[in-house]
Amino acid sequence: MTEQAYTEMDLLRFTTAGSVDDGKSTLIGRLLYDSKSIFEDQLEAIERTSEQRGDGYVNLALLTDGLRAEREQGITIDVAYRYFATPRRKFIIADTPGHIQYTRNMVTGASTANLTIILVDARHGVVEQTCRHAFIASLLQIKHLVVCVNKMDLMDYKQEVFEKIREDFRKFSSKLSVPDVHYIPISALNGDNVVDKSENMPWYQGSTLLYTLENVHVGSDFNHVDSRFPVQWVIRPQSDQYHDFRGYAGKVEGGVFKPGDEVIALPSGFSTRIQSIETMDGPVAEAFPPMSVVMTLADNIDISRGDMIVKPNNQPQVGQDIEVMICWLNDKKLVPNGKYAIRHTTKEARCVVKDVRYKVNINTLHRIEDDKTIGLNDIGRILIRTTQPLLYDSYSRNRMTGSIILIDEFTNETVAAGMII
Amino acid sequence: MNSYNLTHLKQLESEAIFIMREVAAQFEKPVLLFSGGKDSIVMVRLAQKAFWPAKFPFPLMHIDTGHNFEETIAFRDYLVEQTGARFIVRNVQDSINQGRAVEEKGLNPSRNGLQTITLLDAIEEFKFDAAFGGARRDEEKARAKERFFSHRDEFGQWDPKNQRPELWNLFNGRKQPGEHFRVFPLSNWTEMDVWQYIAQEKLEIPSIYFTHRRTVVNRNGTLLGKCDHITLLNGEKYEEMQVRFRTVGDMTCTGAVLSDAATLQEIIDEVASARVTERGTRADDKRSEAAMEDRKKQGYF
Ligand SMILES: Nc1nc2c(ncn2[C@@H]2O[C@H](COP(=O)(O)OP(=O)(O)O)[C@@H](O)[C@H]2O)c(=O)[nH]1
Repeated sequence: MTEQAYTEMDLLRFTTAGSVDDGKSTLIGRLLYDSKSIFEDQLEAIERTSEQRGDGYVNLALLTDGLRAEREQGITIDVAYRYFATPRRKFIIADTPGHIQYTRNMVTGASTANLTIILVDARHGVVEQTCRHAFIASLLQIKHLVVCVNKMDLMDYKQEVFEKIREDFRKFSSKLSVPDVHYIPISALNGDNVVDKSENMPWYQGSTLLYTLENVHVGSDFNHVDSRFPVQWVIRPQSDQYHDFRGYAGKVEGGVFKPGDEVIALPSGFSTRIQSIETMDGPVAEAFPPMSVVMTLADNIDISRGDMIVKPNNQPQVGQDIEVMICWLNDKKLVPNGKYAIRHTTKEARCVVKDVRYKVNINTLHRIEDDKTIGLNDIGRILIRTTQPLLYDSYSRNRMTGSIILIDEFTNETVAAGMII
Repeated sequence: MNSYNLTHLKQLESEAIFIMREVAAQFEKPVLLFSGGKDSIVMVRLAQKAFWPAKFPFPLMHIDTGHNFEETIAFRDYLVEQTGARFIVRNVQDSINQGRAVEEKGLNPSRNGLQTITLLDAIEEFKFDAAFGGARRDEEKARAKERFFSHRDEFGQWDPKNQRPELWNLFNGRKQPGEHFRVFPLSNWTEMDVWQYIAQEKLEIPSIYFTHRRTVVNRNGTLLGKCDHITLLNGEKYEEMQVRFRTVGDMTCTGAVLSDAATLQEIIDEVASARVTERGTRADDKRSEAAMEDRKKQGYF
């Protein structure tokens, strides 16, 4: 690879969803294998294991089977991350298991993803779990969905099979808000339309999966409109050279900041201008998501971690009573009126759950209002009151300033993922 | 199309810087584990960037097995001096002398397992509550499920089944007294990313990463460099070869690869066409398929 190439590659994060045995592990194995991201020693190890198990072929699915417990049970139980690259892009795969009880894993994987691949078994078509996965992807505001109709080889590569599934999915997903959906007929096992175009499906004129992954436009997935800079850390060198330097370190979570811009610091409300945007490599002319930078301001105002620097004409909401869609991640159920620690951007506070509005039936998307107990893998809408005001946007406007986690104050476990409405 | 795009390396860099600042803010006493290898060299650079123009607010610490390559140790000392950071060394040999650890018997006595004991003792001694490591998820199967913030119980152990979910960039570093975290800012980097970053940033690295002539013995397909800690077996002999190292672990278990790569670009080209994972050159992982997972559970990096 030339130096030119790797200094221009960008990054796509995606997640995979499907029911057990739809072929997720095989598909990922196939992507890694056909894009030559598998090494000889890894291949030897899975050849050995395939033989011991009596699989009768080299089981590419074994490549993505991480931990011993899973190897023994033959199932994937936690989010695992995989990496591969082509000359165009580096890819990060959050490989999430398809079990009913693992909504939590899919939510976790999807929280950082640009794209979701949903696998459908050509023999079974769109099933309850397909809908569930599509719903979660849309809930998490994934902008790009690729529906892979897998095991086409078992249905003689017939076009009607693919068309019917596409139609069924389209009908269902019209209720969801996913702007960009692709449909691809594949055989993960044989490699049809994964990396190479299938000779068995001449009727399919679209792109292969890898081509789609390489070309999906993700540049605009970040919010470049609402300027948001949550302060993470205050930098005061107190060295001779930088005696009076006072900089605010953080990651830009929305919009574009430039030196000279008028800004206001929240919650104090003091306004000032950006003096400079610094990095160790030198000052920059503009900062946008997801850059980590240091800002210096024209006036000396009191700002600390958890505060936010924004533009005066475009401010986030400020409030303590917040409506949130949550996914429950813990065995211990949500306690009505319970108190939890809450993390939002760089701020930590406490909150109390004032009300459970409803629970969502994630297969039908209907509201359940008579049973409001929220336990592991449940999704529901709640009202919380925080001890301090949060500076937030709705999740649909900005994933970074619209997301929260709840933490059990006794066990310190992360018990819920929340999207502000 | 707009022009607000960052390359994959810039995105990975920004993510790692974010993690380092989060640790500085959420923990009382972090430490950066530093070996002088390429991953920890990248970590030091990222730490400098994260807090510039201030110094990074944590010390560096090396858990020295005593089986390191001379070149790595010399480089380690050189880099430490350049950063001006506080530097702590704790030796596996001391743990052995104190009877806290027992040297392995047999052919390739590896001190990797013993490192865990020395590390946990040092964490307790200094009351560190977060230890940065340079590990990457692409290195090994068991690491693929590791979190950025990896919670360890009071015995320093990792429970793969009971990890906290990590969502968006909201990291939960809360813990009970006596517990600590390992934090891996390079989680999403691959070996290739590390080399590309070293090239992009023009970082210096120890000479053993580049091609050189070395006396080695071929033991079960692993080329081990001649040193005091290795005894030849019947039928084995030392040979001179043109090699380089892809990782800088223990001399007793880190294998060299035949290579003519003399520049960073040549290393990058070699990595791009490599057919064996970098840990494939480490004999300690070959012991069993679950070797890494077992060591991690006990508190290894
Ligand atoms: N015929 C056929 N079998 C497949 C295909 N993809 C996966 N399989 C098989 O389906 C089974 C389940 O696949 P696996 O990848 O383990 O599914 P996962 O549970 O979704 O990860 C395995 O026996 C695979 O060999 C395909 O495209 N065609």
